[in-house]
Amino acid sequence: MLYLDKVNYIYQKGTAMEMPALHDVTLEIGDGEFIGIIGHTGSGKSTLIQHLNGLVRPTGGNIYYNGRDIWDEDFSRKELRTKVGLVFQYPEYQLFETTVEKDVEFGPSNMKLPKLEIQMRAFEALKTVGIGEDLYDVSPFDLSGGQKRRVAIAGVLAMKPEVIVLDEPTAGLDPCGRDEILEAIDRIRKERKITVVLVSHSMEDVARYVDRLIVMDHGSVRFNGPTHEVFQNYAELEKIGLAAPQVTYLTAALINRGIPLPGIATTVEEAREMLRAVTGVK
Amino acid sequence: MIKASKLAYEYIRRDEEGNVEGVVRALDGVDLDIKKGDFVAILGHNGSGKSTVAKEINAILEPTEGVLFVNGFDTSKEEDVWNIRQSAGMVFQNPDNQLVASVVEEDVAFGPENLGVPTNDIISRVAYALERVGMTAYRTSSPNHLSGGQKQRVAIAGILAMKPKCIVLDEPTAMLDPNGRKEVIATIHELNREEGITILLITHYMDEVVDCDKVIVMDNGKVVMQGTPREIFSRPEEIKQHKLDLPQVTELACELRKDGIKMPDGVLSVDEFVEAFVSKYGKK
Repeated sequence: MLYLDKVNYIYQKGTAMEMPALHDVTLEIGDGEFIGIIGHTGSGKSTLIQHLNGLVRPTGGNIYYNGRDIWDEDFSRKELRTKVGLVFQYPEYQLFETTVEKDVEFGPSNMKLPKLEIQMRAFEALKTVGIGEDLYDVSPFDLSGGQKRRVAIAGVLAMKPEVIVLDEPTAGLDPCGRDEILEAIDRIRKERKITVVLVSHSMEDVARYVDRLIVMDHGSVRFNGPTHEVFQNYAELEKIGLAAPQVTYLTAALINRGIPLPGIATTVEEAREMLRAVTGVK
Repeated sequence: MIKASKLAYEYIRRDEEGNVEGVVRALDGVDLDIKKGDFVAILGHNGSGKSTVAKEINAILEPTEGVLFVNGFDTSKEEDVWNIRQSAGMVFQNPDNQLVASVVEEDVAFGPENLGVPTNDIISRVAYALERVGMTAYRTSSPNHLSGGQKQRVAIAGILAMKPKCIVLDEPTAMLDPNGRKEVIATIHELNREEGITILLITHYMDEVVDCDKVIVMDNGKVVMQGTPREIFSRPEEIKQHKLDLPQVTELACELRKDGIKMPDGVLSVDEFVEAFVSKYGKK
């Protein structure tokens, strides 16, 4: 679906302030995948995702969407931005309309769709993120933090994207709000069969939800593989300012002490199964 | 250090036209007794009232009912506001919203300058504060070029330069990466241990709570649980009722107990878990 071929990006290229941000990034993002991107602050995660819908033009390399170079002269990047929806950090600051419904309609109404279609899309999107009709006429500013964020996601969903990219959608939310958002994202992915790219600082969250993990470090892809395999490298992840879920350290320590576990765990459920098996509890 | 009795805070909710919609009681009869040198964590879901407590301690909000004393000053007395803010400094969630100067050391000097501290003293206070948070090497840098964790440490240094008795941190790590979180938490533990500064940490991260002296859980504007981390996390059902989480090892131990595996109550760390498990199920 999306293919990045040796993408390089240098900020303010050709000036004294030149600063490399991405280096030879080659990636494939397939249909229906749930992908996580992790990396310390300044590792290039945000720059990378801004390339995915053509907000930023690479200074080297190519990006293909369904086989076509997105920077070709006759390629419509305006249309691309409705196919690859970006939900930025703290998206609630981007809500601006007077009612929830109008805010969600903003995206599709820019796509020159018939009025009825716009309303239908907003309705569907709000339903998907779990915002009830009782809130349609409420000002977005009167919602709770988790609700605001779901409305912002609905705004992107209403454009019916094929890929949705979320930059730290759970930052600053309490455990309950966090679970609400992640459950909604997972449900949307399954129901609409869309591709989800999740940028996160929470190792526990990516371990629980994503299938494939991309680790960025200093503008390069350091690891790219099934989530479980990537967390095997927890010692190296720490060296680049990251970590693994707590249960990963726990299972590694137990193995070290001679408990015969089949490998490390990345979620509480997985660790529970392993420990049940090893103690012979059914 | 901080003492509250039946503290309540109400505000009036208005609709767009400014008509009164109702009164919200954000704090409802909160009693607090935080001793000098304590490291206290406050947990609670969004809207539980924990940030309101922080604002009360900093005299940003005035109590509607009840009393609150910070370092012996009554927060409802306007003439003591500056004494209170100097005694209890505050660090907020977003590192980009609290740094004001274009050079790190000027930013740290901002607080003491406002307190009217003599220049020579300011210079030594800034040097001390930056040393304390491990940011001396960056003193002439621009805050814009720092990582999130470094920015928060500079914000903490800015508070330290005012020689506070207490620091209140409202979700200081919510926007940081794992490394930044570690840096900030390690820094405040050091300040507590080595300088005896009272710390009040408001957080959503359960793993940041396990090393505290005391945990306060808030819900609906009230204090609903109080105790050591072990006491609190030994009550998993209650924790979940208040829409909170457990650290992963605590949750795992708790789940395994349900399966009939002998794990003790309130396991707080990887090491504790490993010792408990190996002693029961390890090779003899």
